[in-house]
Amino acid sequence: MVKINGKDLNIAGKSIAEYLAATNYDTKRIAVERNGDIVFKAQYEETVLCDGDSVEIVSFVGGG
Amino acid sequence: MYPTKEQWLRALCERHGCEIQDNFTSATVAICGLGGLGSNIAFALARAGVGKLVLIDFDRVDITNLHRQQYKADQIARYKTEALAENLKEVSPYTEIALHTVKLTENNAVDLLRDADIVCEAFDDARCKAQLVNTVLEKMPDKFVVAASGMAGLSSANSIRTRKITSKFYLCGDETSDVMDGVGLVSTRVMLCAAHQAHTVLRILSNEFEV
Repeated sequence: MVKINGKDLNIAGKSIAEYLAATNYDTKRIAVERNGDIVFKAQYEETVLCDGDSVEIVSFVGGG
Repeated sequence: MYPTKEQWLRALCERHGCEIQDNFTSATVAICGLGGLGSNIAFALARAGVGKLVLIDFDRVDITNLHRQQYKADQIARYKTEALAENLKEVSPYTEIALHTVKLTENNAVDLLRDADIVCEAFDDARCKAQLVNTVLEKMPDKFVVAASGMAGLSSANSIRTRKITSKFYLCGDETSDVMDGVGLVSTRVMLCAAHQAHTVLRILSNEFEV
């Protein structure tokens, strides 16, 4: 299982890019943290989610 | 009586304790975007005696800014960098201030943010927010970034909070209230979020890294 924003999902083996493509996230509005570190934008394709990973996707909203 | 720099520093030391004040005085904080978040963050940090502020914004003061941003009616049409620097000097005359009246991009970020120990993300556009946060964390991994997301509207003040996302990335706001929904930006809630950001900066400078 992979924990994404607190939810356990059965997506081990998928890349971050593959997961994002299956969701409604606007990839230009997000930052992705995995096991305590930021995932570089250029590494979404090659970063494969593993069993036990904890991921947080921060999706920014406008206003300031 | 107009205070000398020595009197100003002594008064800050009396309030904060000299050890913490030395940390504030020796720090450089960049504020990216000088709207409702950035102008209020700047006032809080200047008053606290942060030694140097790097203020970055390409925009000019507009009449629609006055309800939540730290500008004056007679400053409409002025560059925000220059207007804010004037206003800050009135309350904190010995804060060092560097101005960059440019649009911050992936290409100039490393150069403009070079001196900063901590970067405050205070833009209004969601994509610009994400781009700055990712750029700082990727290209300048030694710096802290304190960002904001979700402060529009009149929801409860208590829903504005600070979360630590990584060891270098803090996020303030309710993370949901978009400026495109409902009543738009209201001064009090924007100030609350700005205060969360400024407070996080002061805690980091005091070596308090948990939220």
